[in-house]
Amino acid sequence: MSSEWPLWEVFIRSQHGLAHKHVGSLHAPDAGMAVRNARDVYTRRNEGVSIWVVRSADVHASAPGDREALFDPANDKVYRHPTFFPMPDEVKHI
Amino acid sequence: MYAQMIDTGLTKVADTADMSDDERAFQARIDDDVRIEPKDWMPEAYRRTLIRQIQQHAHSEVVGMLPEGNWITRAPSLARKAILMAKVQDEAGHGLYLYCAAETLGVSREQMIEDLHAGKVKYSSIFNYPTLTWADIGAVGWLVDGAAIMNQIPLCRCSFGPYARAMIRICKEESFHQRQGFDVMMSLCRGTPEQKAMAQDALDRWWWPSLMMFGPPDAASVHSAHSAKWKIKRLSNDELRQRFVDQTVPQSDYLGLRIPDDDLAWNEDRGHYDFGAIDWSEFHEVLKGHGPCNRDRMRTRVNAWEDGAWVREAAVAHAQKRDARAKAAA
Ligand SMILES: [Fe+2]
Ligand SMILES: [Fe+2]
Repeated sequence: MSSEWPLWEVFIRSQHGLAHKHVGSLHAPDAGMAVRNARDVYTRRNEGVSIWVVRSADVHASAPGDREALFDPANDKVYRHPTFFPMPDEVKHI
Repeated sequence: MYAQMIDTGLTKVADTADMSDDERAFQARIDDDVRIEPKDWMPEAYRRTLIRQIQQHAHSEVVGMLPEGNWITRAPSLARKAILMAKVQDEAGHGLYLYCAAETLGVSREQMIEDLHAGKVKYSSIFNYPTLTWADIGAVGWLVDGAAIMNQIPLCRCSFGPYARAMIRICKEESFHQRQGFDVMMSLCRGTPEQKAMAQDALDRWWWPSLMMFGPPDAASVHSAHSAKWKIKRLSNDELRQRFVDQTVPQSDYLGLRIPDDDLAWNEDRGHYDFGAIDWSEFHEVLKGHGPCNRDRMRTRVNAWEDGAWVREAAVAHAQKRDARAKAAA
């Protein structure tokens, strides 16, 4: 019997009140062990205050081939950025 | 090098003209320093080369725990023991980051471990030398981790994203390893004449194997040319070796130790140290399995894997049982 443990993706929130960030992956038999292993593998130097683990098989990703279709439409919409609208120097607090 | 003499499986470096459209687009991304991610299209030879290199690198981290683990119970103080344990634990972590990076290319963890145990994939030859005295722990941290850092820093810019990211994490941790080793050497060199002699003896034995870690001169190798083109390897073995010598000689001078090389001398014109010829026959013997500890290292790894099989299986059985219970209760 192959006893290879499933793969988990590990997310860590650092002390600075930021969002959880993907740091890597590891194998573990269940979620509890995945959290414990993540603590040993990814937080040996106080890298975080919180750990999330998600089975890699449960992650659904966009396909590399869809990159243009998904992301190019944002390219020509520069008006979504505030810098698109120059403001006169006299106008303050805007 | 933690990964030495990687075979790309290719006999010549391809011309742009011989490339398919996919290959050309791939090479263009690499030339633009765009990272390649696991699901992106890549040439089979690129994938195979990376699997080989990352896997060898991972095995080196794991087997590399053995010579140092050998001294944990005999460290001369509680502080040194705690430090050495932390260092060895880091190496386990390095192995795990790297196995995961290799797995993104479609090879399983079990397959990699089987390949190591079957002798199909190597680990760095440096770990086939024994750690005979406590000073060897100092020399290993200072020289072996020092050489590893030299080799790993350029890999942080490797074209394959998961490998580069693993290397960034590893490099952050490595300088502690090198410094704790140098610290051990400093203590010994400031100690009794016997302690200083022990430090010298360790340097005498580790110097040449450390220089061999960078691998044979690679100027003429097709594999190196390919790895360079793919930005898997960014500096030649000889460049890295020279940097290592240049940085290490003044450190050895500071310790008041003598590097065991009569030809070692500062070359004003080159702005580098000249050093003696390396005995590559020794390197190839160790690579073939005839180093002082090859058999012992492999036996230890295989035993650890086999003796741990019941634990891995029990953990899966336990997880399945709890799953089933939770489903029944729902
Ligand atoms: Fe390491
Ligand atoms: Fe290290």
